[in-house]
Amino acid sequence: MAEKITVGHVHMSGCTGCLVSLADNAEGLLTILDKYADLVYGLTLADVRHIPKMDVALVEGSVCIQDKLSVQEIKETREKAAVVVAVGGCACYGNITRFGRGGQPNQPQHESFLPIGDLIKVDVYIPGCAPCPQLIRNVCVMAYLLLKGTKEQQELATKYLTPLMQLAERGTEACGCDLMIDVINQGLCMGCGSCAAACPVRAITHEYGKPNVNREMCIKCGACYAQCPRSFFNFDVITEFEGIMELIDGALK
Amino acid sequence: MERSSEVMEMGTELGKYKTCVSARSTNKEILKKSQDGGIVTQLFAYALEEGIIDGAIVAGQSDEPYRPRPFIATTVEELMTSRGTRYNISPNVSFIKEATRSYGLDKVGIVGTPCQMQAVRKGQLYPFGWRDVDSKIALAVGIFCMENFPYQSIKQLVEDHAGVKMESVKKMDIGKGKFWVYTERGAVVQLPLKVTHKYEQPGCHVCLDYVANLADVSTGSVGSPDGWSTVFVRTTNGDNIWAKAIAAGCFETKPIDQVKPGLELVSKLANEKITKNQKTVEERAKFGVNKALRNPYIKP
Repeated sequence: MAEKITVGHVHMSGCTGCLVSLADNAEGLLTILDKYADLVYGLTLADVRHIPKMDVALVEGSVCIQDKLSVQEIKETREKAAVVVAVGGCACYGNITRFGRGGQPNQPQHESFLPIGDLIKVDVYIPGCAPCPQLIRNVCVMAYLLLKGTKEQQELATKYLTPLMQLAERGTEACGCDLMIDVINQGLCMGCGSCAAACPVRAITHEYGKPNVNREMCIKCGACYAQCPRSFFNFDVITEFEGIMELIDGALK
Repeated sequence: MERSSEVMEMGTELGKYKTCVSARSTNKEILKKSQDGGIVTQLFAYALEEGIIDGAIVAGQSDEPYRPRPFIATTVEELMTSRGTRYNISPNVSFIKEATRSYGLDKVGIVGTPCQMQAVRKGQLYPFGWRDVDSKIALAVGIFCMENFPYQSIKQLVEDHAGVKMESVKKMDIGKGKFWVYTERGAVVQLPLKVTHKYEQPGCHVCLDYVANLADVSTGSVGSPDGWSTVFVRTTNGDNIWAKAIAAGCFETKPIDQVKPGLELVSKLANEKITKNQKTVEERAKFGVNKALRNPYIKP
């Protein structure tokens, strides 16, 4: 067994749903911690007060810029982690915290919540509210292969993670409108239904084969656009689905 | 030696597959209303009865004639109501999480077009919002597809071009270079495919898959005689299920190299589609003045 990678869970302003989603891998999480990753930082899970040096930081939640500690910690995360992963809609796009406007959160003056990408460079995005346990698992396995695997495994991990890195480059705003703007308006929608299945709040229905987004319900998590096969479709990875799913299953046995 | 290189080349546009046959269901009830060989209905019916799947997402009926809506069939009787092709969009993938949640299915069957099979496989490898779905997809059946139509397009073609009321249609078919409308009263109207092109769904024009390369099993009429379907068995999972269905006597089969028009026609049409759409993808890159339309095969 090659040495493990070091991973931390950094909690900004979020609901802990992403952490629960990670934990929902059940035995899979134990296998990950047993074989591939040491958890070096994480509220309630690791008895460490300050952000340590680590290979991969899984960041959940957005940053409240009126909270000095949060701002300091997200910057520190960037300094200490080789790879920063924005886990979930809040870290990627603000998500539900986009709707914070003062007077409601912990302290009355807490009103501005930014996706972490507005303050630091982010390497990998995992959109969704919460992102599925299986996707967090896949990214963990691929991150391990990228840092500790054979040359072949590194190539596969790079190919797998590339679209998630491109999502990070794409920007810090997401909305159900992305389906309209970047898919339908671009002449790319073929009405498969992926977006509606991905929406955590059932804001998407299909009218005559095209998604219809209820924008009052949309929480701006970014799952629909990321899930769309016409947002990205990397043939070199997805056509190998049988082998990759076996690889991940095998890694977690 | 020359022959093997030909086969290799043919393999790319037809995707990976373990076996390819011409087949039809042995169930007369299925064949009564099936589009061709009744492959999808028969395979799902067998899988339901054997507990290989506990439900299948199919294109069900709706309030309007020939307008499909996704439907989860959990019995053979329900499945039978969805026999036959309706040439417009049924967002079957939109039910993939619903099937495992509201319907509580642990082994889901799904039928879809090549793009829907791509969506399913992307969702298994990158499940952003498809919680607990990836390992529950037990049988994905793909159907050959040159392009699809919005419902209003089909209505326009049938009612305006063919002059037939939607309510009177018994069957629609695309084959032998024509769009066919058969009425309950026995009339047959044919339209040249050329007429239908402008009504196609635009999103289809960047699709690079004709024979559902990513399905477990994919099927379509092209390549086989009337009343039969061409079947590609692709994945290990698909191979297991297909072998059991054959052993159970669900299908009659013929070797694909012994039927007319055979694989050559499938390859020809697949290459035509891919070449044409690859060209569209390239043209999109210089669509405006130094401005491109987005290419999903490069980045999100």
